[in-house]
Amino acid sequence: MIGIENIIFLIVAAIGIGLFVWQVRNIRKNVLMGRDTTLNDNPSERINKTLLVAFGQQKMFKRMLPAVLHLFVYVGFIVINVEVLEILIDGIFGTHRVLGFVGPLYSGLMALNEVLAALVIIACVMFLWRRNVTKVPRLWNGVELRAWPKLDANIILITEIVLMLALFVFNIADMKRVLLTGGEVVGYYPVSQFFVDVFGDNPEQLYVIAKVGWWFHIVGILAFMNYLPSSKHFHIIMAFPNVYYSNLKPKGKFTTNPAITHEIKAMLDPGYQPPAPEMDAEGNPIIQRFGAKDVEDLTWKQLMDSYTCTECGRCTSVCPANITGKLLSPRKIVMDTRDRMEEKGEHPAIFAPNHYKELGEERVEVTEEKTLLRGYITPEELWACTTCNACVESCPVNIDQLSVIMDLRRYLVLEESAAPASLNTMFTNIENNGAPWAFSPADRFNWADEIYVPSKN
Amino acid sequence: MEENKRLVKVPTMAEMAASGEEPEILFWVGCAGSFDDRYKRVTRAFVQILEHIGVKYAVLGTEESCTGEPAKRAGNEFLFQMQALTNIEVLNGYNVKKIVTACPHCFNTMKNEYPDLGGNYEVIHHSTFLQQLINEGKVRVKEGGSFKGRRITYHDSCYLGRANDIYEAPREVLAVLDADLVEMKRVRANGLCCGAGGAQMFKEPEPGKKDVNVERTEEALATLGTGGNSVIATACPFCMVMMNDGVKNKDQEENVQVFDIAELIAQAEGLTK
Repeated sequence: MIGIENIIFLIVAAIGIGLFVWQVRNIRKNVLMGRDTTLNDNPSERINKTLLVAFGQQKMFKRMLPAVLHLFVYVGFIVINVEVLEILIDGIFGTHRVLGFVGPLYSGLMALNEVLAALVIIACVMFLWRRNVTKVPRLWNGVELRAWPKLDANIILITEIVLMLALFVFNIADMKRVLLTGGEVVGYYPVSQFFVDVFGDNPEQLYVIAKVGWWFHIVGILAFMNYLPSSKHFHIIMAFPNVYYSNLKPKGKFTTNPAITHEIKAMLDPGYQPPAPEMDAEGNPIIQRFGAKDVEDLTWKQLMDSYTCTECGRCTSVCPANITGKLLSPRKIVMDTRDRMEEKGEHPAIFAPNHYKELGEERVEVTEEKTLLRGYITPEELWACTTCNACVESCPVNIDQLSVIMDLRRYLVLEESAAPASLNTMFTNIENNGAPWAFSPADRFNWADEIYVPSKN
Repeated sequence: MEENKRLVKVPTMAEMAASGEEPEILFWVGCAGSFDDRYKRVTRAFVQILEHIGVKYAVLGTEESCTGEPAKRAGNEFLFQMQALTNIEVLNGYNVKKIVTACPHCFNTMKNEYPDLGGNYEVIHHSTFLQQLINEGKVRVKEGGSFKGRRITYHDSCYLGRANDIYEAPREVLAVLDADLVEMKRVRANGLCCGAGGAQMFKEPEPGKKDVNVERTEEALATLGTGGNSVIATACPFCMVMMNDGVKNKDQEENVQVFDIAELIAQAEGLTK
């Protein structure tokens, strides 16, 4: 029966979902600030990758303990969503456990839900322990891990525990009430059955407790959903498209800028006709910067990467520069990209950009420039990169940190000629001698003098 | 013993073209292989192997020039493309089909980045090439040669490994030495860089606690133990420089030597005597 409660529920759900859609549209706008790039080739390989890396969590299993704990939370999230669907239907139409008609399947689902909910609580408690007590270095250290990202992580974990507890409160109180009123319990509840008596045996009280548990759970979920876009927890959505649009080429292949190719060809051959430049909507030629100075110089995929980052720090923990105490942290590059994008474009409900200057971070010598380069990311960080791809390899959601570092480096060199002096010497050597060192090209073949091999008789 | 040795005349593409011939493979030596005194020994060892198996090969000699790789990694796309387009003109002029190189950086850029600029070749790193020779039985190390029982640890090159997924070829090459192959903790896809990639080879490192090559050498030394007479095997000129410097930094030159896999094979085959 549909009553006032259902109407209130409908309004709450509509506001929750509407606000979420508005936030997602903002994020979409931000991502589309990026340059165009085509990543639609090989759909079957892309689907495979998505199944393995995103759905299958393949790359998480490089580190066993967090992988297993994360798997509990991840499977819990997916399966419990089925119950959320039921809650939505019950809430709108005033039904009670509407999916109960599927019988044993429903019992199985509820049982699985309860077991998973318990595992989610255990996993989240252990995650909190790792973050706040044992202080796993990658989750504790780093200039990018200021107060907000740490608080964000704890908010997520505590919220998940509370949501699961609310689910148990509802299940326990609902089961006891049904038992007291002589009804038949729909579904099987392997965890709640042990706690069936904790809320006493007053049917009216139990009814209220079940209601509170139910409302808390669903309102909590709607609120949490709207928290996602402001949080690293947004990865639960972005991981899937981000892996689908992964780089499928060998990691050693860096992008080639065709505009430069045309320029060189025209230089070498005066008869060469470069293709007409692309025009914007008003018919003006689109002139792009060489490399990237700010977020709009990156591709939409590079911007999408930054919304997918869950700040786990695996990239930074394997970075040879970071391990040996340099300023570079691939995670910071990704987080800075997101912060700058939200500063420049739209931003979600809760917005807390990382302004290193305001935070008094002395080592990150950013300037007042309102650009990704120098305003957030300093040349010192960029020049520390060995382009070893360890960060890219380690990322469980296939973020390409290195491509951003390279694009920023290109801007420094091609637009500002701001390479370190020793690299400028190397460039000059290549130009003059055809080698990065100052050797005469005439001596290039000297290695071949007086080589002997045993003669075969 | 002089009478048992033969002087090698390394053939160039220009000579081959002049006599109307085409080699089966072009051996791309690279700048380190041409100019770096330590890596020239690797180039020579590889030529000894090529001569030993009797493959029809040639080099570009003084016509070779930097692939542009360090410029590209340093962000100088313009200089990279200048070098690449010029090299491609030379390579296409000689109708080159197959390139073998002992440098993972040259290998990566020619294999993956030259095609965008009109250079399409079958590019093979010398680790893969040596593995093929072993599989085909063209290189047969008798009872592991002089490396039998010695401790060897292989250091993964980033531009072979993560960049191009080549992890097994160098290991399979080392396997024929009958040595005591030991693995470091961070290997294959999790391998730690030597610190030279991304044009770091040509600049001073940024301020930090430690140099990357020292961190990596410490790991290698811990893996090799204190027995002495052990080897860090590399397959990249930059890795070789960095590991050598690391070993010197730790005063371990007496106990640990750094060799390229081609040198190890040439020595084990008795080609370097």
